[in-house]
Amino acid sequence: MRARVLIRPKEGILDPQGQAVERALPALGFDGVANVHVGRLVEFDVVDASQVPEMCERLLANPLIEDYEVLTVE
Amino acid sequence: MKFGVVRFPGSCDEVDAVLACEQQGEAEILWHGDRDLKGVDAVVVPGGFSYGDYLRVGAIAQFSPVMESVAEFARDGGPVLGICNGFQVLCEAGLLPGALLPNTELRFLCRQVDVEVVNAGTPFTSVCEQGQVLSIPVKHTTGRYYAPDDTLAEMEAAGQVVFRYVESWNPNGSVRDIAGVSNRAGNVVGLMPHPEHAVDPLTGSADGACLFASAAARAVAA
Repeated sequence: MRARVLIRPKEGILDPQGQAVERALPALGFDGVANVHVGRLVEFDVVDASQVPEMCERLLANPLIEDYEVLTVE
Repeated sequence: MKFGVVRFPGSCDEVDAVLACEQQGEAEILWHGDRDLKGVDAVVVPGGFSYGDYLRVGAIAQFSPVMESVAEFARDGGPVLGICNGFQVLCEAGLLPGALLPNTELRFLCRQVDVEVVNAGTPFTSVCEQGQVLSIPVKHTTGRYYAPDDTLAEMEAAGQVVFRYVESWNPNGSVRDIAGVSNRAGNVVGLMPHPEHAVDPLTGSADGACLFASAAARAVAA
C-alpha cells in the first residue's frame, strides 16, 4: 500500500517560511494570496497501514510543533 | 573526571567540545553506533548536523544506539549537556521539554551574544553566579525555542529555564528569550549558544568554560 503523509506547522505557531513565500508571491505579481504555510510530504510503501499514525507520532512529525494528516492509503 | 563527547555522522563541534572538556579533565569520543559510554561521568551531545538534519533537526539522531545509552544514563541522574544540535537532539528524544524551530528571520546566524545564567543550581552552572552574564557565540538556523504556554509556566516554576538571552540579544525569536533549559530533575541541560567555542580569551571570551568546570566540580564533590 502507498501511504502519503502531509505534515504542516501547528496552527498558531509562527511560520516564517510561509510568511516569506507570502511576501514573495505579490512581488511576482500574484496578488490575493494569504495564509501561506509550508509543510512537507512523506510518501512510502507500507505493508501494514494501521501503523502509519504511530510512525507519524514517533518520527515523521513532531506533534508538539506539527500537525499531520494521512492523505491517501491506496 | 571523564567527559564523553558524542560523535554522530554530521557532528562538527565535537573537537572543540573535547578541548573544552580537557581543560577540566579527560574526554573521550563516544561513537554514535556504540552503546558503551566507557564509564564517563558526564556526557556532552555536541553541535553539528547529525544525520544531515534529515526530516527535522535531531529527529534521526535520537534513535542512534549511543542515544539509547545516553537516555538511560540521564534517567539514572547522570549529567548530560546538549549544545545547539545536541540540544535539538535531546528535545527530539524527549529528554528535554520543547522544540527548536527555524529562526524568525530564516537566516543562519553566527554572532556573539550575552546570555544570563537564570539557574545556577544545575550540574553545568553550579560554579556560575545566579544572574551572571556570559558572552558566548550562537551559530544556527533552527534555534527558536518553543514550548506551549502551560509547559513554559511549569518550567519557570520548577527552575527549568537555565539560560536566557539578555534583553535585546535574543537572536532567533525564542519564546521568553529562552536560550537553554533543563529537565525536571535538572541533570539534563541543553542550550543553543556554544560554550565550547568560548573557553579561551584568544578567541574573544572564556566565559563558556564555566559550564564544563561546573560538571568537573560536581564530579570531584561526588
